Formats: sequence, C-alpha cells, structure tokens
Amino acid sequence: MTTHFLADTTTLLGRSLRHITRSMDTIITTAIMPIAMMLMFVYVFGGAIDTGSGPYVNYLLPGILLITVASGIAYTAVRLFTDMTSGIFERFQSMPIARSSVLWAHVLTSLAANLISLLVVVLVALLLGFRTSAGVPAWLAVTGILMLFTLALTWIAVIPGLTAKSVDGASAFSYPLIFLPFLSSAFVPTATMPGPVRAFAEHQPVTSIVNAIRALFTQQPVGTQLWIALAWCAGILALAYVLAMNAYRRRIA
Amino acid sequence: MTANKVPEPAIHVRGLEKSYKEVRVLRGVDFEVARGSIFALLGSNGAGKTTVVKILATLLKADAGTARVDGFDVATQPADVRESISLTGQFAAVDAILTGRENLVLVARLRHLKDPGRIADDLLERFSLTDAGTRKVSAYSGGMRRRLDIAMSLIGDPPVIFLDEPTTGLDPQGRVEVWQAVKELTGRGTTVLLTTQYLDEAEQLADRIAILHQGRILVNGTLAELKRLLPPAKAEYVEKQPTLEDVFLALVGTNA
Repeated sequence: MTTHFLADTTTLLGRSLRHITRSMDTIITTAIMPIAMMLMFVYVFGGAIDTGSGPYVNYLLPGILLITVASGIAYTAVRLFTDMTSGIFERFQSMPIARSSVLWAHVLTSLAANLISLLVVVLVALLLGFRTSAGVPAWLAVTGILMLFTLALTWIAVIPGLTAKSVDGASAFSYPLIFLPFLSSAFVPTATMPGPVRAFAEHQPVTSIVNAIRALFTQQPVGTQLWIALAWCAGILALAYVLAMNAYRRRIA
Repeated sequence: MTANKVPEPAIHVRGLEKSYKEVRVLRGVDFEVARGSIFALLGSNGAGKTTVVKILATLLKADAGTARVDGFDVATQPADVRESISLTGQFAAVDAILTGRENLVLVARLRHLKDPGRIADDLLERFSLTDAGTRKVSAYSGGMRRRLDIAMSLIGDPPVIFLDEPTTGLDPQGRVEVWQAVKELTGRGTTVLLTTQYLDEAEQLADRIAILHQGRILVNGTLAELKRLLPPAKAEYVEKQPTLEDVFLALVGTNA
C-alpha cells in the first residue's frame, strides 16, 4: 500500500487546500491577531521599550511571526477534528489507500496555510516600516526555520485534533503556545526581567528561535542560537510526532 | 476464486466479541451473508450494529472471533478487505465544502481509477444529481447528501457494501430515494449489509434479516421465516386504513 502513499497524499492534499481557498477567512483570522498585536506594540508600547538601535518593528517581527504560526495551527487541529467527527475520516480509513496519507495531507496543508499567513504578516510589517538588509540566503534560512517550527507545532496540533471531544477542546491547546513568546526575548530584551523569569525566558525554545531569526534579518552572526533553535524545533517535532502517531494508532485500532 | 469452488459467502462472521472497557457490546455474533443478497442487521440503539460494521470495515479490532469479507480475514488481510468493500457511515460521510462532483472525483482518485471525471459524471446522472453536481454539498438536502454518499460508495464497483443506518434522519421522500438506490444495487450482484432500526426498512429491502440484541443474534432468517416464529395468524377483519406515511407521500408526491 505504500506505493500509493505519494498519489494518495497528493489527492488528499488537493482536497484540504480547496478547503483553505474556499474559506480564506481562516487565513485572515490567523493573520489578524498577530497583526493587531504588532500594531499595538509598535504604536502603543513600543515607544517605551528600549531595544537599542533600529525601529521597534524590526525587533518585534520575529516574535510576531511565531505567534502567527501558533494561532494558525489551531485551524489544523479543527480541520482534523471535523474530519474525525463528520465520518469522512472513517470513510478514508476504510478505503484501499495508504492510511497515513490522511494525516500527512493535513500536515502539508498546515504548512501551506501558515506560509500564506506569514506572508500577509510580513507584508503588513513592511508597511509599518520593517526593513532588513537580509539577502536571499538569509530569507531562505528564516523561511526554513519558520517551516520547521510550523511542522513541529503542526504535529502537536494533530494530537488534540485526533483526541479532542469538542471543537473548542481541539483549538484551546494553542493558547499557551501563543502566550509563550511573551516570556521570551520576543518583545523585550530578557536582561530587564527578574531572575527566575529571565532564567525561564532564556532557556525556552521561543527565545533561541526569535534570536536566530532576528540575527538573520539584521545580518548579524547567528552563532550558537541557530543550532539551539534548530535543536529545539527538531526535538519538539520528534516528540510531537511520536505522541501524535500513538494517538493515531489508538484511534484506528 | 475459481468457478468450480463452492462460492464462499460474501461475509462470514463467527463468535465475534467486542468490549468497550466494562461494557460487553458483542457477546459472540455469528452470521453469513450470501453473495448478491441484501442482509439487514436489525436492532435498537446501542445493540452493537455499528460495532459489527466497524469491525467488518477494518476500523475496529475484535476481541475474539473471526470475520471474513469477500474471502479475506479482516484481522490478517485488512488491505485486501478494504479493496473489496465500501462503507457508508451513519452520518453521511461526504465533504460539505466540496461540490458533489468533486466528492466523487476525490473517491475515484483514491481508488486509483482511470478517468475520475467520467466516473463522477456517470454516477451523478445515475443518482439524479447532475444539476446539483457543481453545487457545494453544504447546500444539499439530507436525501441528496445520502444519495451522494451511496454514489461515492459505488465507485470502483466494490463487491460488498456496508450501509450503516442509511436512512436515519431522512424525511419520508429521502428514505424512498435511498431505498430505490439500494434496490438497484442488487441487480448488479453487489452484496449489501444494511443496519437499521426501522423495521419497515428491513422488510422493504432485505433478503434476510437478523435481529441483534444485547450483543447476540437473536434470530436470523427471511421475513417469512421470522413471521412463522409467532403463532399462526388469526383471521381478523380490520378496515384497511392508509398510514400517515401513505397520506403524506400521496399529498406531497414521492419525487423529490
């Protein structure tokens, strides 16, 4: 059956991409919250935050991009949950297809949807005065980190998508993920935080990812931050994948 | 599957058991379904009908017992079973965001068939959905959805079709539409396992009827055999009254 994996995943990917293009509101609502946050921080709080040289939006954007992904994957959980409850998941599972392609189609759709949302947020940031001297290689590196981050969070989203009892339950898991950037270097430098908070902020994944993206945008050397960021993403991805596949096997057993 | 062998029943179930935690849903279910026949599994809510169908459709593993579909064991040859079956679930498993035609094309692609577009158009015509084919399924009536659902199940001509409560939640016209669709299937040699809680549905459609009660098959036979289980009919003179369904259908017409 594995011979059909690529063909089946492509077919099912086409299906869920149609879902996205027919409900563009999910892309808009994914992007609107981070954009509102960006406006608030740039025009309300930003003036009081000292991040050194350059406009505050330059400092802010990496964290906003991570928040965009964190709110975007809630829809992945909801789409999967809807398939589980509507019966179409069972129809697919009872057909002669590569069964795991049902999950992979949702995962790839999540990557595509988040890529569009991220693009919208970056365009708005450019309107707000975001500027970077980053060249094509740096942009590609940023895109790569963000896609790896999205992939890791998407596999986390698969777990509630498969196991939730209600739509609210399927999407609620993303709130702590949206909150995590506030306890990091995303909005203010960690040096201003009191001891224990600072310790947490400097050793959680968001800070290293934000710092790596920020360094790429400002053409600074990324140093070890990049490797720590990639290690966090890969670690979360591996753990979430194992847990999600466990939940999946329990559902189809 | 050579011709000179005694034909194996399309579905063969022996000693099937399944528990959800403490609740013993199936306590040893046995039955057979002959090829090309319609077999109705009758039972009240929670009798275990859906559990039987899910096990036969390889969506659930039995705790004990064996089940063979189209000659393949559901536990050891699930991939072969999936090639032979189609499942139409209790809640019409169609994609509401896609159009009717897109739903059919999707299933045809997943069954790796050539020319999915033509297959879709043929089925739309056969199920009188051609005009609705380009509309989103979310705009369909319950009967149209269920018809599309059954049409999706026919793609690839699987020899065995499971219809899990195909008319639950449908209005009388929708039920008649679905019944007609099911009756047409047997003309093509398809085996149908139907679960229902409506007695008249089993009477209308099924060649054989089994009553599932508290996890076991109570009785299994043709309608005539089941009727013989009760004391012979007494002659009573009753004025033949039309049922409310007769009145309803006569007033609104049966064509949807």
